[in-house]
Amino acid sequence: MNRLLIFLLMVALMVGCGDGKKPKDVADNQEVAVESQNEEKVAFPTYDFEGLEPLLHKEDDQTYIINFWATWCKPCLEELPHFERIREEQKNNNVKVILVSLDMPHMWKSRLEPYVKNKRIQSEVVILDDPKQNEWIPKVDEEWGGGIPATLIYNKEKRQFFEKGFTYEELNEALSKFIK
Amino acid sequence: MKTKRIFGFFALLLIFGASFAMGISAAKDHIVDDGYGIGDVAADFSLKNVDGKMVSLSDYANAKGFLVIFTCNTCPYAKAYEDRIIALDKKYKSKGVPVIAINPNTKSGDGFAEMQERAKEKGFTYPYLHDEGQKVYPQYGATKTPHVFLLEKTQTGNVVRYIGAIDDNYQDASQVDEKFVENAVDALLAGKEINPNTTKAIGCGIK
Repeated sequence: MNRLLIFLLMVALMVGCGDGKKPKDVADNQEVAVESQNEEKVAFPTYDFEGLEPLLHKEDDQTYIINFWATWCKPCLEELPHFERIREEQKNNNVKVILVSLDMPHMWKSRLEPYVKNKRIQSEVVILDDPKQNEWIPKVDEEWGGGIPATLIYNKEKRQFFEKGFTYEELNEALSKFIK
Repeated sequence: MKTKRIFGFFALLLIFGASFAMGISAAKDHIVDDGYGIGDVAADFSLKNVDGKMVSLSDYANAKGFLVIFTCNTCPYAKAYEDRIIALDKKYKSKGVPVIAINPNTKSGDGFAEMQERAKEKGFTYPYLHDEGQKVYPQYGATKTPHVFLLEKTQTGNVVRYIGAIDDNYQDASQVDEKFVENAVDALLAGKEINPNTTKAIGCGIK
């Protein structure tokens, strides 16, 4: 039953995105996604911080690049292509990019969805919808003041947080400390 | 550039043989925040208000303190808080703690004429100052909008008592559990300890 649901959802997502991407990329978080897909039919999984937190603490063999961004944040949009490029270059290197959107609910349909579609963004996009920012910001990183863009890179051995925008070279260099 | 500044700072420390090297080594991996911390004395400024007049903190002879709020026209978070900033000014101006809003941005949408327009539209009851040359916000260490600094007027100057967010729910004023700024001003006026005296929130970076 569960499998059928996941399969149906995957099909729905693929049709929805219309890009025919390999299902593997979106498969990882489908079970969580099933719960949150029932609201307003946004094309991306929507989490409160409790729901997002497991994505920040996976203990598998992958290195995760978690980027916090929003469509209203200009420097975030400027660095997005670098994350896309790294995702493409490093996809066989056990690197996974997750773009955590902090767009406000009224922007999900009007701005976020069109942006991701028009820019043909291939990285996984999830929405963090949790207004209790003073509680969850320090849980991502104690040093984070709340500015975006901000990026967390981690694997089961180490983690590093950056409250800044990246150039392609800087991102590559930061990542190189995580992959062997 | 930040790195350079950190190294420069480090070198300075070594030269002076300062004893607080420990604090710096902890901050080495992070961007050093040059702005004010709790307890620091904030510098006064003279900035142009939307009515064309220059405004300084020293103009307010009878104030007990100030809510210096870095905000702007364009940021969705700043917009979400506009009405709440007006409400703060209405509530606390008469108690001696007026709102002084400063727009630190220079990019399109945040020009002086656009600020004037927005102030008129929304009926701002407080000065809305243009941080011309972007000199004031780095002094304070404001990193985003909205970003609040509560100052207490003392014999030694305007002392920073609270830094952070207005409350704990940007989306919906009716769903707020903790009114950080109101609690801070109330505590200040009652001579009590402000707790928390720093909070965090997502905001728009200053451009």
